[in-house]
Amino acid sequence: MNTIFSAIMTYNFLSRALVVGLMISLCAALLGVVLVLKRYSMIGDGLSHISFGALAFAAVMGYAPLKVAIPVVAVAAVLLLRLGGKKIKGDSLIAIISAGALAIGITLISYSGSSADMNSYLIGSLYAVKSSDMTLAIVLCSVVLAVFVLMYNRIFATTFDEDFSKATGVKPGMYNTVIAVLTAVTVVIGMRLMGSLLISALIVFPALSSMRIFKSFFAVTLSSVVISVVSFITGFCLTIILDGIPTGACITLVNLLIFVLFSLVEQVRK
Amino acid sequence: MALITLENVTMSYEGVKVIDSLNLTVESGDYLCVVGENGSGKTTLLRGLLGLKKLDGGNICFSDGLKAEKIGYLPQQTEVQKDFPASVREVVRSGRIGTSPFKLFYSAEDKRIAEDAMEKLEIKDLAKKCYHDLSGGQQQRVLLARAICASEKLLILDEPVSGLDSNATDEMYDVIKRLNNDGMTVIMISHDIDKVIKNSKHILHLGQQKALFVGKTEDYKTIVKNGELQEKNS
Repeated sequence: MNTIFSAIMTYNFLSRALVVGLMISLCAALLGVVLVLKRYSMIGDGLSHISFGALAFAAVMGYAPLKVAIPVVAVAAVLLLRLGGKKIKGDSLIAIISAGALAIGITLISYSGSSADMNSYLIGSLYAVKSSDMTLAIVLCSVVLAVFVLMYNRIFATTFDEDFSKATGVKPGMYNTVIAVLTAVTVVIGMRLMGSLLISALIVFPALSSMRIFKSFFAVTLSSVVISVVSFITGFCLTIILDGIPTGACITLVNLLIFVLFSLVEQVRK
Repeated sequence: MALITLENVTMSYEGVKVIDSLNLTVESGDYLCVVGENGSGKTTLLRGLLGLKKLDGGNICFSDGLKAEKIGYLPQQTEVQKDFPASVREVVRSGRIGTSPFKLFYSAEDKRIAEDAMEKLEIKDLAKKCYHDLSGGQQQRVLLARAICASEKLLILDEPVSGLDSNATDEMYDVIKRLNNDGMTVIMISHDIDKVIKNSKHILHLGQQKALFVGKTEDYKTIVKNGELQEKNS
């Protein structure tokens, strides 16, 4: 534990990754509860692949990566959440878009000949977190927290029953857009650390684990945040101890372990 | 006193006209049942009343201080709700969310109204239970309690007894009748003609685009008994 602590204090990039990771874990857990319940578990996966495509495009063209990725992914998220299901069902739509974006990204990066970048985008790493990411993560996290505290009751009402809340004058479209944009930013920032392939784990696992045991929306929301933060910290320490294993994989494995444990508890209780 | 007046209301579902120039008045304190074949536009009509769907033509007037947002709505259950982690109390309270446009937190009054609604529907002992662990009849009571929280005047119920066993169905009809006796106006879709005839005050029977019957339940009973209810346009 001491070595981990001193490592964080010594290396700037580690403390940066720790802050960004904590913020992103918190956001992903909160947004994840809503997305999982809305049957949009795969949206994180889809968005991260789109983000991969957008980052590849930015890299090849020499643009600032986040300035390209955030708007592109935000637009995609809004389209998926608001328009999904009209002609092609939501899950199929995500499958098509994410595979397409991934293929575009791989083609662009291969064409430009920098294969090292591809790995860091797909797998993620502690070293990839920049100081501008940290500012952005703190702002994002503040916004997500504010949205969930102030609009908690409305988020619950629209997630549980969109038609009912619409009939009582709440505008679910607005909440869906807010959730979509926040998810997009979370995915873009988070994928540096988690990798494009594993960022969706951060969104779905805490909510799904919590739903094994807890039976009220409030308890599930709270528990998701705790699980997400605990998994991140554990995974983060494991990465430092087991030098060479990417953070994304470590965090996802911890999440998987918690999910299995919670599922067992659920079975025992029955 | 007329609570809702429909004038020449025309609506369509997925591009097909299902309701053509419907005229209807719902009085305060009425208990109106909407019956008809699947696809006759019952749900479409309710969605029009609730402002969830645009009318193709005609208009709907609310009076007596009623607004479209002040209607207690009990929709059909959705796929999402089957494994949604929500306590009964959380669901019932969410009925208060639309009572003011900038409501962020529930006031003490909101909470009291929610408790009263649970009391009325005899589900107070379930308050902490998980919604999806309840029986079908209990779930419908929870949704009805939520609807009561949203409105003091008008309930719109979309097949509140679908999927319930006969006991739970009878109980549900009793509860609705009681609410109506207490002064709540009820508009409800149902398939069960016998129960509808026994409980409602007025009936709207929708056929292909046209209303086959609009009027008092007693008159409807006679017509059905004589086998006179037929598609007029056939």
